[in-house]
Amino acid sequence: MKDETDLAKMTHLDRLEAESLHIMREVASECENPVMLYSVGKDSAVMLHLAMKAFYPSRPPFPLMHVDTTWKFREMIEFRDRKAAEMGMDLLVHVNEEGVRDGVGPFTHGSAMHTDIMKTAALKQALDKYKFDAAFGGARRDEEKSRAKERVFSFRSSEHRWDPKKQRPEPWNLYNTRIHPGESVRVFPLSNWTELDIWQYIRREQIEIVPLYFAKERPVVSWNGVDIMVDDDRVPEELAKTAVMKSVRFRTLGCYPLTGAVESTAATLEEIIQEMLLTTTSERQGRVIDADQAASMEKKKQEGYF
Amino acid sequence: MRLTDDLIGSDIGAYLQKHENKSLLRFITCGSVDDGKSTLIGRLLYDSKMIFEDQLASLEADSKRVGTQGENIDFALLVDGLAAEREQGITIDVAYRFFATDKRKFIVADTPGHEQYTRNMATGASTADVAILMIDARKGILTQTRRHSFITTLLGIRRLVLAVNKMDLVDYKQQVFDDIVDDFYAFADELATDLEVQPIPMSALAGINITERSNETDWYDGPSLMEYLETVPIGDKRLGAPFRMPVQWVNRPNLDFRGFSGQIAAGSIRPGDRVKTLPSGRQSTIGRIVTATGDLDEAIAGQSVTLTLTDEIDSSRGDVIVSADDPAEVSDQFQARLLWMSDTPLLPGRRYLMKIGAKTVTATINAPKYGIDINTLNDVSARTLELNQIGVTTLSLDQPIAFDPYDENREMGGFILIDRQTNDTVALGLIDFALRRASNIHWQAIDIDRSALAEQKGQKPAVLWFTGLSGSGKSTIANALQKRLFALGKHSFILDGDNVRHGLNRDLGFTDADRVENIRRVSNVARLMADAGLITLVSFISPFRNERQMARGLMADGEFVEIHVDTPLGVAESRDVKGLYKKARAGEIKNFTGIDSPYEPPLNPEVRINTVGQSPEDAAEEILGYLQEKGFLSD
Repeated sequence: MKDETDLAKMTHLDRLEAESLHIMREVASECENPVMLYSVGKDSAVMLHLAMKAFYPSRPPFPLMHVDTTWKFREMIEFRDRKAAEMGMDLLVHVNEEGVRDGVGPFTHGSAMHTDIMKTAALKQALDKYKFDAAFGGARRDEEKSRAKERVFSFRSSEHRWDPKKQRPEPWNLYNTRIHPGESVRVFPLSNWTELDIWQYIRREQIEIVPLYFAKERPVVSWNGVDIMVDDDRVPEELAKTAVMKSVRFRTLGCYPLTGAVESTAATLEEIIQEMLLTTTSERQGRVIDADQAASMEKKKQEGYF
Repeated sequence: MRLTDDLIGSDIGAYLQKHENKSLLRFITCGSVDDGKSTLIGRLLYDSKMIFEDQLASLEADSKRVGTQGENIDFALLVDGLAAEREQGITIDVAYRFFATDKRKFIVADTPGHEQYTRNMATGASTADVAILMIDARKGILTQTRRHSFITTLLGIRRLVLAVNKMDLVDYKQQVFDDIVDDFYAFADELATDLEVQPIPMSALAGINITERSNETDWYDGPSLMEYLETVPIGDKRLGAPFRMPVQWVNRPNLDFRGFSGQIAAGSIRPGDRVKTLPSGRQSTIGRIVTATGDLDEAIAGQSVTLTLTDEIDSSRGDVIVSADDPAEVSDQFQARLLWMSDTPLLPGRRYLMKIGAKTVTATINAPKYGIDINTLNDVSARTLELNQIGVTTLSLDQPIAFDPYDENREMGGFILIDRQTNDTVALGLIDFALRRASNIHWQAIDIDRSALAEQKGQKPAVLWFTGLSGSGKSTIANALQKRLFALGKHSFILDGDNVRHGLNRDLGFTDADRVENIRRVSNVARLMADAGLITLVSFISPFRNERQMARGLMADGEFVEIHVDTPLGVAESRDVKGLYKKARAGEIKNFTGIDSPYEPPLNPEVRINTVGQSPEDAAEEILGYLQEKGFLSD
């Protein structure tokens, strides 16, 4: 007989990992046409790593999909293509071609409209196009208040709307995955992870992440009160002229004009974690999209934002 | 956590090494806002430095603006999304919070404590290791304390913290604390015999006995709340229990590899261990324990792994791999406790989907034996279960499953019920034991089988199911049809709704639940008659699609003929042969189909009869034509 404290032999990271693997296998078993939304950020990196573990020695039985707003950092795109190839995963890239035709971008249309067209609408287009009934996302409950009460399996109507009043109870590790035709489910295998858990796991498992997370001399300009990187020549000329080189890194990754750089010298994982532990602002502060309107996440989600 | 550890600044590598090996404790907090629950959680987050400066700044601003603590920080605002949720009309729900200390990471399931949130509390409790019961020292043990203790222990939590809060308001008097603790023990024995209770006097607001023991309560020699949470043993009986792993996914990358992936629900396993797969009962031996980072020598409860067996066993999702020496039970009939989670009450006799482990089966839920009053813990009579009600019932499945009683293993004995039409999760269930009759009552093999009985009569058995509104003409048409069948020398029988209600179903009324039971009994009788080779004419309003579907499912393929006597409500009401519509309109009859109880018309009936402008004899002739065409009447 084993002592019951043996469960403590599993560290918090072990337990989180086992739970995530269980969730992914449920989706693979019960959903007909799942996809993993791959945003190229650190949470996506962890999610992909977990997927490789969940189905080993098989390949994960679903493709990756990236909704490309065409304004992502160039390094993200390189990393994305290389990683998918290395892992032997199918990668689908979806771009809202209408938005591209209309020249939608953050500099010309503002962050709200850009995000709405190139990200939210694009995601809906992609899900409709491929008729995915389940989509993994890397969101965590510690990120933001409305996430704290969202389920692991989060159901969407055929119009992709989230109804917080109609959430299904999830006792034990039992997930009811049944949906009507046209409906879909967003699945969050990292629900119970915190930002620190993610970093610790990246360190423990030696997971490769986009170099933008590490500090380096980069050209930045101040736009809307945030330091952003001049990643290509689409930064308006007047603004680009003001660029200065600074040692910066990024705490989250998205569209480069909407992602605030933080001044930092943290060039290793340890230094990043150290900086995070000693730092004084929460992760989402660098995201221009949240500042747009108070309590905006709940609203965006009801409209179909991930 | 941050700032409390100098290592972060001086040697981050050493710090991370230390923190990578933290354990994880999940707990649930039970109580209402008035008990200081939000204040407590807010303080735990604050004291463990999980609050960032930008959050702290907005907390300080909010505290001054809308807080209840004057110039001081109102910790409740940190977690109290409740007011906002109410304004937004969002279901108040389980919220999960996270914090960590130097020793452990914690996941808190935060649920409201009022009776209407029983289902949320049960959901939060289902994964918790520990429950914190909040008690206001001024009020002592209340009805809600009993309710919270009952729900958390029902779901299997055996470690409770009795958090006697607001001790500052009773001058930290030991007598007040002792009296409350005595009151609690007085009823705790009714809950479970193996409870471990840790009472702690505290003031969440003043920070007394939260992270450190306080001098204010020098008469108390137990741990502070945080000390307790950091040191209480984690886990349950699962680890010492015999091995169990539900097969989640069959792992077949190529023809040379066949693995069974799943999360271990109990016990431990090593290569070479003898195992069985259930329900088939086939034996084999564990070959490898495969993970992406290499094979393991041993795996324990909680781990997600992939097992290979040394024999080619055809096992699939939903099977359970168990210790060969100590296998789980297998049955298709159970007694279970149900917590109803849906606004639509339980309809006894209706079939629901049941998901347990990785298996989904069809379950017929019988009427509850009794309900449990969650406030008094007394048994109460119950014919159905409504939202948040708990009851004991029996259920029968369409196939046998492997299980352990819930009290022995949460993963092997806990299940959910899913409504087949709406796909909603409608109940949470806990298996108590298998009904012996399932394994002991076998089908009696009969030498003269049903086809012989039908052949003797020169016909094919059929169940002609007449459905339609009261006064639509069902019985009249069935009568006319039987006369024609009789004249043709065919053997038939009519089961009429009104007549059956005088005998077999005299104990049933007209509520939704009774209507379902009514149909369940009649369809079983009709099935026996079909077995006897008869052409059975069933004339019942049978308003619900689901029950007609159930009846269809009982019969052999092709024997069920649904006949919709499709008379518009206006026409049926104008006929009103029995004067029932008049009474229903006057409110003298309740639950009358078409008036204040719904009728769900068949979507694809085999025969649809229009009675407007057609005589009953013509209608009977139309059905007869159908029967001839389908070969029911040929010799």
